[in-house]
Amino acid sequence: MQGRVHSLQSFGTVDGPGVRYVVFLQGCPMRCKYCHNPDTWAPNAGTLMDSDYIIEQYERNKGFYKDGGITVTGGEPLLQIDFVIELFEKAKAKGIHTCIDSSGITFNPKSPEIMAKFDRLMKVTDLVMLDIKHIDNEHHKELTSQSNENILAFAQYLSDNNIETWIRHVVVPGITDDDEYLFKLGYFIGGLKMLKALDVLPYHNMGVVKYENLGIDYPLKGVPPMDKKILLEKKQVILDGIKKRRAELADKQ
Amino acid sequence: MRPEWKDFVGGKWENEINVRDFIQKNYHPYDGDDSFLAGPTQNTKDLWAMVRDLQNKEREAGGVLDMDTKVISTITSHGPGYLDKSKETIVGFQTDKPFKRSMQPYGGIRMAEKACADNGYTVDPEISEFFSVHRKTHNAGCFDAYNDEMRACRSSHVITGLPDAYGRGRIIGDYRRVALYGIDRLIEDKIDQKNSTGRVMTDDVIRLREELSEQITALKMMKEMAASYGCDISKPATNVQEAIQATYFGYLSAVKEQNGAAMSLGRTSTFIDCYAERDLANGTFTEEQIQEFVDHFIMKLRCVKFARTPEYNQIFAGDPVWVTESIGGVGVDGRHMVTKMSFRYLNTLNNLGSAPEPNLTVLWSTRLPLAFKKFCAKMSIISSSIQYENDDLMRVTHGDDYGIACCVSSMRIGKEMQFFGARANLAKCLLYALNGGVDEVTKKQVGPKYRPVEGDYLDYDDVMAKYTDMMEWLADVYVNTLNVIHYMHDKYCYERAQMALHDRDVRRYFATGMAGLSVVADSLSAIKYAKVKVIRDEDGIITDFETTGDFPKYGNDDDRVDSIATELVHKFMTMIRRHHTYRDGFPTMSVLTITSNVTYGKATGNTPDGRRKGQPFAPGANPMHQRDTHGAVASLSSVAKLPFMDSQDGISNTFTIIPGALGKEDKVFAGDIDIDLNK
Repeated sequence: MQGRVHSLQSFGTVDGPGVRYVVFLQGCPMRCKYCHNPDTWAPNAGTLMDSDYIIEQYERNKGFYKDGGITVTGGEPLLQIDFVIELFEKAKAKGIHTCIDSSGITFNPKSPEIMAKFDRLMKVTDLVMLDIKHIDNEHHKELTSQSNENILAFAQYLSDNNIETWIRHVVVPGITDDDEYLFKLGYFIGGLKMLKALDVLPYHNMGVVKYENLGIDYPLKGVPPMDKKILLEKKQVILDGIKKRRAELADKQ
Repeated sequence: MRPEWKDFVGGKWENEINVRDFIQKNYHPYDGDDSFLAGPTQNTKDLWAMVRDLQNKEREAGGVLDMDTKVISTITSHGPGYLDKSKETIVGFQTDKPFKRSMQPYGGIRMAEKACADNGYTVDPEISEFFSVHRKTHNAGCFDAYNDEMRACRSSHVITGLPDAYGRGRIIGDYRRVALYGIDRLIEDKIDQKNSTGRVMTDDVIRLREELSEQITALKMMKEMAASYGCDISKPATNVQEAIQATYFGYLSAVKEQNGAAMSLGRTSTFIDCYAERDLANGTFTEEQIQEFVDHFIMKLRCVKFARTPEYNQIFAGDPVWVTESIGGVGVDGRHMVTKMSFRYLNTLNNLGSAPEPNLTVLWSTRLPLAFKKFCAKMSIISSSIQYENDDLMRVTHGDDYGIACCVSSMRIGKEMQFFGARANLAKCLLYALNGGVDEVTKKQVGPKYRPVEGDYLDYDDVMAKYTDMMEWLADVYVNTLNVIHYMHDKYCYERAQMALHDRDVRRYFATGMAGLSVVADSLSAIKYAKVKVIRDEDGIITDFETTGDFPKYGNDDDRVDSIATELVHKFMTMIRRHHTYRDGFPTMSVLTITSNVTYGKATGNTPDGRRKGQPFAPGANPMHQRDTHGAVASLSSVAKLPFMDSQDGISNTFTIIPGALGKEDKVFAGDIDIDLNK
């Protein structure tokens, strides 16, 4: 089976544990204002590639990936969930560590057909890095053009199914850096029993050039990159939320 | 057992000179973390401030603070020198004061004169006269024996960087022997060795006996030099301070007599740790005191200086001493060899700040303890000063008591040494093949007058056939030039101090090297896969190329061209192996120009890969700049295909990456929620 691939990165060190072979899949339904990969939006662009080819490329240099594995990201990789299932089933058969970097936007508990696919995918997935853009639904819609209900449901689903989860959150000055919401985000993910790591990403504006090349207006014109010192403070707010929730859960037991 | 060895586990090492056996019986592998380490003492801070001050003064003075112009440096030529005698726990400088560079004319008087002149000093005329008229130097000896072809190759730079006017270096004495056995025992052993030479006085036996006598003299001088500092090294060291001091006196003797291209230390930390553990157990010293000894030792190593010329510094990009110390690794019995001392050595980067010397090299294995790996990573991030080498690869052939000389040359300590042999320029050799031995820059006939290529377009099979012939010629003249050099170095500039700390019969690696690998691989690939038209100048010499069409480039994990590079390494090594080598040296090769690739490029004309005349080659086995377009893994994979057994002296790949591309900062992303929550 073929998938639409935006690009391949043979030395990925920031998308999951270890050194990883990173597959950027084409296409995304979200329109996050701070997106730095607008070139991955269009669902019909990219290069058609066999899952076998990707496994072959990985195997060729597997010595480099001893403590790593394969990560699929995008775009939104689960837009091509059938392809990811096939790729991961092949990878698992070879003992490769598999990781999905997703927004969770395609998850839908109301659709049995979709749920069946997710169930099948999770059998061959070692780690999900879930990017929660905003904990508040109204703000989420404003930021991404989509509701966060299914995303949060996906987080809960991962917890219920014992899938290791990393939560990612991009902190944008003036947009996703409100302490109240950050604390709420922490409080929510504090309830996920398979939460293994928190990855707080500072907003940067290195994507501007891509917008210019694509002839799209950059939505966050004038927003400065996130300061590292402030980022660490914001991360602490989320951690405080996690602690509170965990303390409450511990009390209940 | 001798009283100095009390509490050590005995063994073969008691009855024979066998430091490895001592280490294996007595070292304590350490699996813990860095929390036991001690910071710098006030004395360490004071002394280091003095060194920093001298470093600043030296920089302000234009690179050299003081030079000796009257006294020829020997082990005992200078009285003791100190920073502040009352504060130094480890003593000894090359001359009678810190930062005063010694004069070492045995390699070549002109080089010594020029090193002085270029820095505003003048060698005493009597010394100049002595070494021009009465006593021949290594350099003069080489030129007496060189034939016309060798001279021509040298001036055209098809062979470059030859150690015929400077010390070859790359010989590591087993300085630990001084500490473990004391000089008297080592002298006895050398006398036994002398008595065990063959009775028929062949050239080899005569030379060996003369060298052993030289070594005995050096050992006696070491004792005398140590005594001038108030230290008695005639007997074994009794504690860790004495062990470090004695080891350092051994090394100091070497750098007093040899201005070598790399003067490496060996593998001392785990050895020294045996003494530290004994002293800690007996309450002789505290952790603070032991760290202070180590700090003072490393400080001394950072003060080793040589008189060198600007040209030398240009080839080697600065003024390196290559005080390489090899740390860690795994023993052949499967135990890792990380000790607390491995941590203490790296901790000097905290206590004294980061520095390029000594070149702290971790012999990396997947089986090193995790806490040590983490400490290495932490110290690398802080200091950018640690070198890593693959112990899993080298242990197979070198066992567990080898060290690194210079940057990558591995050798068993005290049992193997190297004849350093610079490099042959394989890219220029390709141009010679095209032009029938005529140099493309000078237009002189340097190589043999073989048939040049005819016609306007290059044919792969035709070029390969001609190139193979020209490589055969180059290997021949190259190895023979090195034979002359090492003969003369042994004769006129013998490393008696280092060799006194070796076994009688050593394996001598006959190290050769190649430069321009990626240029040649890409050039041949262009000829094979694209269309290369030659452009001849008015003399009919091919001086430029027009390449149409694309071709696979080395550095992209593309077997079509990587196989050309691999084959080239194998082929040239095979040619080298066919020749007689001085003292039955074991031929090896390296692909590792780290800095001199600039100089080699300067002397080489346009090449078919599109590289312009004078442009630098890629360093070592690197792909050419910006031609590796398929990411880091593909680039590294191409290099990893080169056969180690055909380039046993090392393959280097200079790989630069921005820190952010190697991972996230641990403060921003710990990778573990529990770590974050428990901060």
